Amino acid sequence: MKSFKASAILLALILFVGTAKSQTMNAAGATFPYPIYSKWFDNYHKLHPDVSINYQSIGSGGGIQQLKAGTVDFGASDMPLNDELLSTFSFKIIQFPTVLGAVVPTYNIPGVSAVLKFTPKALAGIYLGTITKWNDPEIAGSNPGVNLPANDIIVVHRSDGSGTTFVWTDYLSKVSSEWKSRVGSNTSVNWPVGLGGKGNPGVSGVVEQTPNSIGYVELIYVIQNHLNYGLVQNAAGKFVKASLESVTAAASGVSAKMAQDVRISITDAPGADSYPICSFTYLLIPQKISDAGKSQAVKNFLRWMLTDGQGMVEALDYARLPKAVVGIEMRHIAEIQ
Amino acid sequence: MGVSSNPAVGHEPYLAPRGKVGDFLARLRGGDEIAHLLTLIFAAGVILITSLLVYELWINSALSRHTFGWKFFVTSVWDPVFNHFGALPFLYGTVITTVVALIIAVPLGVGAAIFLAELAPPRASDMLAFVIDLLAAVPSVIYGVLGIFVVVPFVRTALGPFLESTFGFLPLFKGPSYGLGVLTASLVLTIMIIPFIISVSREVLMAVPVDQREAALALGATRWESTIRVVVPFASTGIAGSIFLAMARALGETMAVTMVIGNDPRISASLLAPGYSIAAVIANEFTEATGALYLQALIELGLVLFLVTFILNGLARLLIVATEQRGGGTPA
Repeated sequence: MKSFKASAILLALILFVGTAKSQTMNAAGATFPYPIYSKWFDNYHKLHPDVSINYQSIGSGGGIQQLKAGTVDFGASDMPLNDELLSTFSFKIIQFPTVLGAVVPTYNIPGVSAVLKFTPKALAGIYLGTITKWNDPEIAGSNPGVNLPANDIIVVHRSDGSGTTFVWTDYLSKVSSEWKSRVGSNTSVNWPVGLGGKGNPGVSGVVEQTPNSIGYVELIYVIQNHLNYGLVQNAAGKFVKASLESVTAAASGVSAKMAQDVRISITDAPGADSYPICSFTYLLIPQKISDAGKSQAVKNFLRWMLTDGQGMVEALDYARLPKAVVGIEMRHIAEIQ
Repeated sequence: MGVSSNPAVGHEPYLAPRGKVGDFLARLRGGDEIAHLLTLIFAAGVILITSLLVYELWINSALSRHTFGWKFFVTSVWDPVFNHFGALPFLYGTVITTVVALIIAVPLGVGAAIFLAELAPPRASDMLAFVIDLLAAVPSVIYGVLGIFVVVPFVRTALGPFLESTFGFLPLFKGPSYGLGVLTASLVLTIMIIPFIISVSREVLMAVPVDQREAALALGATRWESTIRVVVPFASTGIAGSIFLAMARALGETMAVTMVIGNDPRISASLLAPGYSIAAVIANEFTEATGALYLQALIELGLVLFLVTFILNGLARLLIVATEQRGGGTPA
């Protein structure tokens, strides 16, 4: 009897220690950062075998819904949650920018091999349907020496709801008041003109197939598929090619303002080297995590993500966070309970 | 409806008069009661799943239904930024692509089925039927890829310009052809649904009793006359069934349609213009939809698609009943 009791206690102890030590967490959300998130979670699990995080890339909207319903421990979104959306949650959420992405214009004009330069006015005009020909003065003016045809521009946009569309429309809203009042910014919008392609491959496929077309895709997608893309004029008036450096530069330009609110939009950011069409993607962490072990594990992961984790992002063609932003986020980690 | 026909009923008079319980046990031993109960459960399951589906769609679209009411069906704006939602362009796109696809697919499919069942050598017919069944099992995304790489360039460079230059006076074929559009989606749907029509129609035609053919031939009919006057009318209900099946697939097709339709929620008289369908917009926007009204408007679109399927199926059935009555005494 005694030995039975002892072994029962031992068993309970083993079970207790076992459950207290290993943490399995579920997360769901954005598809855009999925490659880096899965690499992070995988590497972190190798470093800390007691913590494993399952991430399902079901889309930002789905991630937000699941977080709200409490079926995941944390969520991820390409679009920062605004106050209206946050008010629908029964608990407080802290948003952590993780990496940066950019969106670039890609086009297919037979006979034109030069890299085109786009002014904000040109992009807004094309997507509003007010600029309809490739040789429009607004486009031709910034591309001297390029023989642009008098053909109709065929506009291509994303048909699926996506963070890419949010960044693109957020940018157009900033540079064009007409866009802001008529169309606005969201993961899907009411497009004034154009054809819809599904996903980055869909848009770039339609552009490749259709003569005289223009579309927008993620920087990662064009880098990995070696596609050509246009330069965009930034707030300082300089035409900038999107690259990991010019994206991080844009984030640095606004990092001072991020101390108050990390949700700040970094499209059309100041700075001579800033690429104007980019944004953060976010992890959505509940401020109160009832399980103390889980809470500690989340904090540890976030700290690692902001330090060692940032070293891995460029290998996957994401732009890393500026140092100032990392500092701000480090302070926010302390708010998690 | 199979629920009402009770297979056990016919046996009842032959059982010796016993108590109700004994009666039931006797039938239970015979297996009739079990079979009855089981099949009843299966049949009821279908109805249960259907009502559960409608119930869920109804409950989860409450906000959208209250906000837009009947206007949802006639509004053609779909604006997630300013929260204006209307189903009309999607409704139009779904119906028009299905109708155009059926207009092309039904004559082709039924014609091919008649050839395979009546005229082709049995061996060739069996081999072809195997290939057709294979086609019916191809995933729709494959048809979408086929659409993007074959049908889209064909419509943009050949069919579209030809239709515009020849029939451009009709609003149906006006305007530039981008390749992506309603006509392309209809053509891809046609390719997808033809195997269904051929496969089922062929089986039905082959199931027509040989006596029917022999009787017609004995009365002096030629082979073609016996086929078109006797065999096809005899099988008409089954052929109609194959068309319903094809229509249901076309209405609900998502992947292949969204890849080639152009995904533009605008109603245009031209078949060459881009459009959008209900299934496509739900698949495209559901994952990233934030905000209750937006999400619920998408769910209400699902309800609308259900309604469209219901109505079109009903109309098709009415059409069949009407033609059968006019034909008079066609065997069912």
